[in-house]
Amino acid sequence: MSNPKVLARLRASLPTASVLTGEHAVRPFETDGLTAIRETPWVVVLPETVEQVRAVLAICREYRVPVVTRGAGTGLSGGARPLKDGVLLTLTKMNRIKEVDLDACTATLEPGVTNLAISEAVRDHGLYYAPDPSSQLACSIGGNVAENSGGVHCLKYGLTVHNVIGLKVETFEGDELVLGGKTLESPGLDLLAIMMGSEGMLGVVTEVTVKLLPLPVAKTVLLGSFGVLEDAGRAVGAIIAEGIIPAGLEMMDNPSIRAAEDFAAAGYPRDAAAILLCELDGTAEEVAADAHRVQAVLTSHGADVRLATDAADQERLWKGRKAAFPAMGRLAPDYYCMDGTIPRAKLAEVLNGIGELSGQFGLRVANVFHAGDGNLHPLILFDANVPGQLEQAEELGDRILRLCVDAGGTVTGEHGVGVEKLNTMCVQFNDEELTQFHALKGAFDPDGLMNPGKAIPTLARCSELGGMRVHQGRVPHPELERF
Amino acid sequence: MDEADRIQIAVAECHRLSSSLAIVGHGSKALMGPLQGADTLSTQSLAGIIDYRPEELVVTAWAGTSLAELTEVLAEKRQMLPFDPPRFDGAGTLGGALASGLSGPARPWRGSVRDAVLGVEIVNGRGQRLRFGGSVMKNVAGYDVSRLMVGARGVLGVILSASVRVLPMPETEATLAVACDAGEAGRLVRDWARRPLPITATCYYEDTLHLRLSGSAASVASARSASGLGESGDPLLWAAVRDHAHPFFADSAGTITRLSLPRGSRFEVEDALIEWGGCQAWSRGSIEPPDGAFATTFAPGRQAATRPVSDAATAKVTARLKDAFDPSGVFNPGVEG
Repeated sequence: MSNPKVLARLRASLPTASVLTGEHAVRPFETDGLTAIRETPWVVVLPETVEQVRAVLAICREYRVPVVTRGAGTGLSGGARPLKDGVLLTLTKMNRIKEVDLDACTATLEPGVTNLAISEAVRDHGLYYAPDPSSQLACSIGGNVAENSGGVHCLKYGLTVHNVIGLKVETFEGDELVLGGKTLESPGLDLLAIMMGSEGMLGVVTEVTVKLLPLPVAKTVLLGSFGVLEDAGRAVGAIIAEGIIPAGLEMMDNPSIRAAEDFAAAGYPRDAAAILLCELDGTAEEVAADAHRVQAVLTSHGADVRLATDAADQERLWKGRKAAFPAMGRLAPDYYCMDGTIPRAKLAEVLNGIGELSGQFGLRVANVFHAGDGNLHPLILFDANVPGQLEQAEELGDRILRLCVDAGGTVTGEHGVGVEKLNTMCVQFNDEELTQFHALKGAFDPDGLMNPGKAIPTLARCSELGGMRVHQGRVPHPELERF
Repeated sequence: MDEADRIQIAVAECHRLSSSLAIVGHGSKALMGPLQGADTLSTQSLAGIIDYRPEELVVTAWAGTSLAELTEVLAEKRQMLPFDPPRFDGAGTLGGALASGLSGPARPWRGSVRDAVLGVEIVNGRGQRLRFGGSVMKNVAGYDVSRLMVGARGVLGVILSASVRVLPMPETEATLAVACDAGEAGRLVRDWARRPLPITATCYYEDTLHLRLSGSAASVASARSASGLGESGDPLLWAAVRDHAHPFFADSAGTITRLSLPRGSRFEVEDALIEWGGCQAWSRGSIEPPDGAFATTFAPGRQAATRPVSDAATAKVTARLKDAFDPSGVFNPGVEG
């Protein structure tokens, strides 16, 4: 694809600096956070207004050029991989906060506003935006919608779907869908819900309205250290059974603890089989009462417990958890991160299964776990310079995701399908279900030119394989916290 | 052949014959309007809890499971449905709660029906049995069809079973009341929304504002003094409002209108029952929605009708979605979804 007419039309419709072509200019856009998968886009456009977005879509419609929409490019499943014959529609220049409504406790945003910028803009009013994916410093709210992003506080505060209340969406056909808004109920089918996590397949999000919550007045973090991994798993269930919904509940196994401790000196016990990090927030009375009960549960499950009440100590404990991924670079030249979700009760069973597979494949696996909501991130350690190890790591990853599905879980909890998990989608869904997904897409995008080939595998190609691999610890934007 | 198979076969047969079905659970939501259809498809026998593990905070049940039974089973483990769906005349099924999408008094604080839905099994209009979502909190595999089913009033498929998120019951609840006019009630509610108070319901009716606080005993006691409301109200109020057993509804034989008002709205509705922190108002008769609001009118014997109606772009996608799930129009003909 190098239709000069399309380029000329794009240049006529957008500011000069908003149309990028040529290898040098477009190279920064060749991949998202899934760096193993690259493609050089034909042209990158960076519109500044919704009118310019409409103009780009109109041109692409006229010439039948496929469009891939991209935010900050921090996604981890290749959902924003460009097409060599397509337009990469990048929305990072549309980054204005359009309105903060303090009566309604809402903010209305352009799609390129970063996740963290929302909370920063309203902090002085005692408010914040709850979902906090680890890449929140860089990731955009439009991208959060596309992936239905989570974070470490999902169990209590929900995902993007629970916190975004309104959208404006431009369709490939040139219509604008106004979905949801400041009312709690909207008539008709819940098109707002279906947009969440739709990976840019249905339309282009040009405006996002989010709800804001009052900042919790009190917070505490407990660190439980366990000699037996299964005890940690059971303690998670016991905390929930106590009627407590922690703001965050994270588990790490011994390889992860050691790597994180070496990297971040968070004060974790290096010889523990597992640790649990439990964050409680709310009113001062609520937090004090719940901390007491969580401490009792952890102790009765054989844990040594440390309570961090001051902010500096809490931050240190979280620092270790957030460093778990970069820390893996010390254990092996490469790692491959999985993103399965399982029912919590199956944790011990799945971890044992992963351990067995790890032995069979001769590759080490470290586990970090959003224990509160069952989202497991096994990290397969390997060395891409050893012939065949990359393929083995990918096969092991595939087997781990199958374990998650067999346990009643899912192949992706929060990273999305993108191009990475197209093949494992075939494990989770049958042909009739996949056909229904394709029909659903057709209702929004009958031409099939919005982000074609992503998220839902065609029936014919249920064997595609990919993976997130990090070579020599190098990822794009290594300064960002991830997961 | 089990009950789900029977439903699948009935739908497939209707699809083949280009016939239609009215999907009915307990039939308790006459409020929404009468259903048409060449035949009635009942989910009432498709009942029972499939899986409930309290520590997972998830329950999976067949669509025909009665809400009364479901809430009782959850209550035994001191858990509850966060969306607290209405049980008109005590009846109602899980499938009906999802299909109607009606949420109870805690909606602004504990979320809506769709917020709690994690997965469904449906039969689409082709008679295919399909599963979407699952029983885990986080799941981004495929489009979120489970949540699309909520409030769709059956036009996309028959819900066979659903997995929904549950929440622990609070240790303590307190219902408080204060006499005030509508303007003052609105001011109080907007002020509370900005503070981290454990509010789980509000209701303003006939010059009295009611407030429900839920949480630990200490937290409720402290919020009680922070709210400035001393007087205790009737804790049974909330179920009465939810189930339309409150005197407002008893006195409203005939047409009523539900106004969905924007968060933080200062709009005042005469002679209304206002809940959800000022975001939902029930009024007698048929009234026009103010700017930025929706009005759904429920008239006896007629389909619930919402104004303003969907714009052309939304209507186009909606029609195509119905076609994608139910190409021959088997389900609930005449219902807008």
